[in-house]
Amino acid sequence: MGDAAARNFEYLAYGLIAVWAILVIYVLTLASRERRIGREIENLKRMIEDRGGK
Amino acid sequence: MKEKILYALGALAALLLARNIRVMLTGLPDEAFQGAIFRIIFFHVPAAFTCFLCFFIALIASISYLKSGKMQWDSLAVSATEVGLAFGAANLVSGMIWARIIWGIWWTWDWRLTSMLVCWLLYAGYLVLRRAVEEPAQRARLSAVLSILSFAVVPFVFFSIKWFRTQHPQPVLYGEGKMDAAYRAMLYGNWVPLLMLAAVLVMIRIGQENRRRELDALRREVHAF
Repeated sequence: MGDAAARNFEYLAYGLIAVWAILVIYVLTLASRERRIGREIENLKRMIEDRGGK
Repeated sequence: MKEKILYALGALAALLLARNIRVMLTGLPDEAFQGAIFRIIFFHVPAAFTCFLCFFIALIASISYLKSGKMQWDSLAVSATEVGLAFGAANLVSGMIWARIIWGIWWTWDWRLTSMLVCWLLYAGYLVLRRAVEEPAQRARLSAVLSILSFAVVPFVFFSIKWFRTQHPQPVLYGEGKMDAAYRAMLYGNWVPLLMLAAVLVMIRIGQENRRRELDALRREVHAF
């Protein structure tokens, strides 16, 4: 494989990795947001229960 | 049950994408002039199509929100916009990497690239606007208007290569453009799993938006004590 063809393949790999990385980062962002919202809802429900009990 | 279907659809999309990568690397010949890098088109173009479809869904949802005032349309609009932005970023970045090899530069301010970047920034502004407005109904109304206005750029992005002299290549899928049947099949074949993935992400994001509304209601209840 010549230098140009090797460089061509190298950049193709970068392109594919970049596309996958962007989508994976977005999925991870969604997952972390899901956890945060769940945690906040639990905290607020607990706070409301505590106040209701007093 | 709904969650299981979503995860199954997501897993199927990931499997199809992995299978497509194997086929495009081992089963398709290099393009005669560009060589191996041409294969980036199988993600670059479907990512753009998915992005525009998401923005179109956001447009319909925004119009529906303004007509009905129902919050589920706002949830759909923000979800489709966010997922569309992820695919738009994939399109822009893959295009830059392709350009580096074919044009020798990462970026040029030609009509197609610039209009796509402006379009992406407008929709990113939509998300910024949502963070800036506290009151839910006002936030939904303002962002619906911005979403409708932003969509005006999408046809411009799409047709810019027909209307102006651009460094970006002319269309290969319609008009006078030609593409080998095997390449064309792979391009559309790769769009299907990307669409499936986008659908899964939009559904998950809608679920989050509904939970966020629940969170807002709880916050109001806490402050009311």
